[in-house]
Amino acid sequence: MEGGGWRPSDGCWLQPAWRLVDPRHSVSDRYSVSDWCFQLASIFEEIFLETKEQYEKLIKDGVLMFQQVPLVEIDGMKMVQTRAILSYIAGKYNLYGNDLKERALIDMYVEGITDMMQTILMFPFSPPEAKEKNLDSVKERATNRYFPVFEKVLKEHGQDFLVGNKFSWADVQLIEAILAVEEKIPAVLSGFPQLQAFKIRMSNVPTIKKFLQPGSPRKPPPDECYIETVQKILKI
Amino acid sequence: MAAKPVLHYINERGRMEPIRWLLAAAGVEFDECFVKTKDDLTKLRKDGFLLFQQVPMVEIDGMKMVQTRAILNYIAGKYNLYGKDLKERALIDTYVEGLLDLNELIMDYDYLSADQKKQQLAPILDKATNRYFPVFEKVLKDHGRDFLVGDRFSRADVHLLETLLMAEEYKPDILASFPLLQSFKARISNIPTIKKFLQPGSQRKSQPRQEDVQEILKIFD
Repeated sequence: MEGGGWRPSDGCWLQPAWRLVDPRHSVSDRYSVSDWCFQLASIFEEIFLETKEQYEKLIKDGVLMFQQVPLVEIDGMKMVQTRAILSYIAGKYNLYGNDLKERALIDMYVEGITDMMQTILMFPFSPPEAKEKNLDSVKERATNRYFPVFEKVLKEHGQDFLVGNKFSWADVQLIEAILAVEEKIPAVLSGFPQLQAFKIRMSNVPTIKKFLQPGSPRKPPPDECYIETVQKILKI
Repeated sequence: MAAKPVLHYINERGRMEPIRWLLAAAGVEFDECFVKTKDDLTKLRKDGFLLFQQVPMVEIDGMKMVQTRAILNYIAGKYNLYGKDLKERALIDTYVEGLLDLNELIMDYDYLSADQKKQQLAPILDKATNRYFPVFEKVLKDHGRDFLVGDRFSRADVHLLETLLMAEEYKPDILASFPLLQSFKARISNIPTIKKFLQPGSQRKSQPRQEDVQEILKIFD
């Protein structure tokens, strides 16, 4: 996005490596895994949508291919569609496995985790009377369908990372998901010792450790202000 | 000789149809094992064949792959339908994700009740006509080439053709204001592997019949 959105860091204007456009405080939406992957790579700038007019202007300017955000300006492209953006970053920064078969495994794991995260993503927008039932659903899916898969994967190969004995997109997606579910259900990992160890290990990867510290671009859990903003701008 | 891929799913389009299209476009023969009842699904689950307890599942190259996108990505990569570099791949992914969004709307629509369908059709056709089709009309117009990406046949072309044909089933003149999409449709339909898939008797599936919808949904309850 040209003109505007330059943000200073340490008193000097940064050359933006990437610029992201997204509703403020969007930790639990599809944008959030982009956050994580970017962190592994480089510095990035963010342009937050705060008003409907800003969003409408982006649409009018023809910047949003399918009239939707997230939008990431990267390497001369204006990329939309979360999965496309994540795949590009993963490919560019060697987080996508060594060959087609490792890639297939990573894709399966990532897609499964994305499915699980959908329930969490939509949770803040569910009406108050449905929240408890939805939370039960999140817990049920996580503990019966998704976490057992990754517990087993880690147990069977005994390696530090999910695929190919190497840090990949799948590990980033899983640690993000674990932390997101724990925010809602603190004891959710109690039956999963491998995942507990995985969580500690990933949290200590230097780039991730940095991202988990206060002051990083990581967004907090959605609050009332966030919900209002999203509903106002994106009309959800 | 390598074993043929085996597709496990209901005998309907649903989430498996883009996979059938892509395999067919790549000239890959495949077998199908249909889930006809809830018991069939339960057995697949009990046998530990479904990583996340869900179909589609495709047995391919010694793997039991699940998750539609993962399967599509693998097929595209294996059969060179995924662009020649990271940037072409990025374009293909962006286009495909948009098309899968539209496909999802159409698929959900197919399983609504007759009453619900009356209200839901117009918004979907509106999105097709105003949000998605103009993008691809413009892409083709801007570069003037036969294929969407890199002047070469790719999965993006397959997904687009599938979507155009599906949309026409609901509104036969939906491409009236998209001349380049019309010629794209004619051109891609004539590619031999695709032409074969479009003929009667192929493994391409039709829209579900309204009277079957409830029974099908029960399988997944």
